[in-house]
Amino acid sequence: MSQPLVSARGLVKQYGEFVAVDDIDFEVERGEAFGFLGPNGAGKSTTMRMIGCVSPLSAGTLQIFGMDVSTHGRQIRARLGVVPQLDTLDNELSVMENLIVYGRYFDIPRAECRRRAKELLEFVQLSERADSIVDQLSGGMKRRLSITRSLINEPDLLLLDEPTTGLDPQARHVLWDRLYRLKADGVTLIITTHYMDEAEQLCDRLVVMDGGRIVASGSPRSLIEQHSSREVLELRFTPNGDSPSGPDMSGIGERVEVLPDRTLVYADDGEAALAAVHARGVLPISSLVRRASLEDVFLHLTGRTLVD
Amino acid sequence: MAMATPGPVRVAFWHATLFRRMWLRNLLASIVQPLLYLLGLGVGVGSLVNRTSRATNILGGVSYVSYIAPALMVTTAMALAATESLWPIMGGFVWQRSYFGISATPLGPGDIVGGHALWMALRCVVASTAVAIVLTLFSDARDWGLIPGIAAAALTGMAFAMPLMAFSIPRKTDGGFAAMNRFLIIPLFLFGGAFYPITQLPVWLQTVVKVLPLWHGVELARGFTLGHLSGSAGLGHVTVLLGWIVAGTVLSHRLMRKRLYV
Repeated sequence: MSQPLVSARGLVKQYGEFVAVDDIDFEVERGEAFGFLGPNGAGKSTTMRMIGCVSPLSAGTLQIFGMDVSTHGRQIRARLGVVPQLDTLDNELSVMENLIVYGRYFDIPRAECRRRAKELLEFVQLSERADSIVDQLSGGMKRRLSITRSLINEPDLLLLDEPTTGLDPQARHVLWDRLYRLKADGVTLIITTHYMDEAEQLCDRLVVMDGGRIVASGSPRSLIEQHSSREVLELRFTPNGDSPSGPDMSGIGERVEVLPDRTLVYADDGEAALAAVHARGVLPISSLVRRASLEDVFLHLTGRTLVD
Repeated sequence: MAMATPGPVRVAFWHATLFRRMWLRNLLASIVQPLLYLLGLGVGVGSLVNRTSRATNILGGVSYVSYIAPALMVTTAMALAATESLWPIMGGFVWQRSYFGISATPLGPGDIVGGHALWMALRCVVASTAVAIVLTLFSDARDWGLIPGIAAAALTGMAFAMPLMAFSIPRKTDGGFAAMNRFLIIPLFLFGGAFYPITQLPVWLQTVVKVLPLWHGVELARGFTLGHLSGSAGLGHVTVLLGWIVAGTVLSHRLMRKRLYV
């Protein structure tokens, strides 16, 4: 059973002239949490829709559970859980009704739907809202209900498209905690996100996408080790500096990245780099030493930040 | 292993769950409107119509209430089909996005279209049965022909529901829906043969009316209650209605696939 759960070769999605996904390869193993990290428009959601068997491939092959998406969509979807980017809940139905109706789509008997729904609502801490109309739930609760609903068929693979976009930090953490438990229970997850902290927390392995292509892949740690120094020194200067590129800091750290609002100095020892900056007589209005993150990886690979 | 529930039935279960919260209001609306027409036009206008032998001749020698009663079952089914196959279809893509939710499961475009068809058929049968029951309160309208008339009404409802679904599926905005009501459904209600024979209309308008489903359903239902339906005419009406249903269903399926699987 060494066969990967998902296997994509030369995957392409084209809308007329526009190439949304441009010849990508990836594999997802059973039990892992796999991420697509990239800015809006990178092709993550399109890839996700192809995995969800609702978007015909323009070229390439895509196999899920050893079946071809273009011929076995129904059979594959029966074993998938899908949390779409925009909720597709029935707002005028109650939480419980939503789960039963959805379970019936998979032809799960009503009584069994109800039993699973109770269990799952417990898991996402929505039990006391079982009879509430969905319209009255908060954004975070609706998101949790979407996840609950996607689990009603006990899927072998869970697809989460931007699961926490638009949620406040507290709701995000509740959601992450639940996803982390699912992962611990052995559910295979595929997650798209443009939040680097989300990708770092949840993903065992991820690919960085930009402009429809995969620009790097690996575990969060290995990506950071490969594409960034250990630490990053962030400096902010008064906005009206004489030269747009900021004060000269060549030779300090491994690399210097000048962004519109701050300057990043990549160095294995951030404090030492800061001392070197001070020694040069450069005086930033603020400075911060932090560990390198996937954000830095993305910046290094594409020259742009993830979230604008 | 138990046999799998057909996909359209699973989708119809969703419709039924949504409907549970508003069935009474909907059923009452389906009954109250035809009842008002029957009282307002049937009794009111009827008292004028029934007084002249010329008018009675044009109606085929029956009272005005007997004449319009079977048609009211059919227009009720048409109105129901129009309400349920315009805005709610757009809701499935744009507002609630339920169709995208369904298409993430083993079900697909065929099941969604089939589920709508199944649900509409059920709704039309229930609504026109309710109207038939109300009609039996009027001695002039009471007739065994109301029973096959229910089938005629349901067929007509479907002959609107499926083409209107096809019309709604590709829409990005609901702009065309009000126009559809204003320029198709309401005019047909007035000119489609429900309240007077279409021979009273100019020939070009008769042609238009004969192409669209309503007149065929009305003639069918009226033929059943007044007992003047010939086999060949009946077959002709059923063929036209089935033609609209099949064309609307096939087109809906194709358009649904196109909109869901991009």
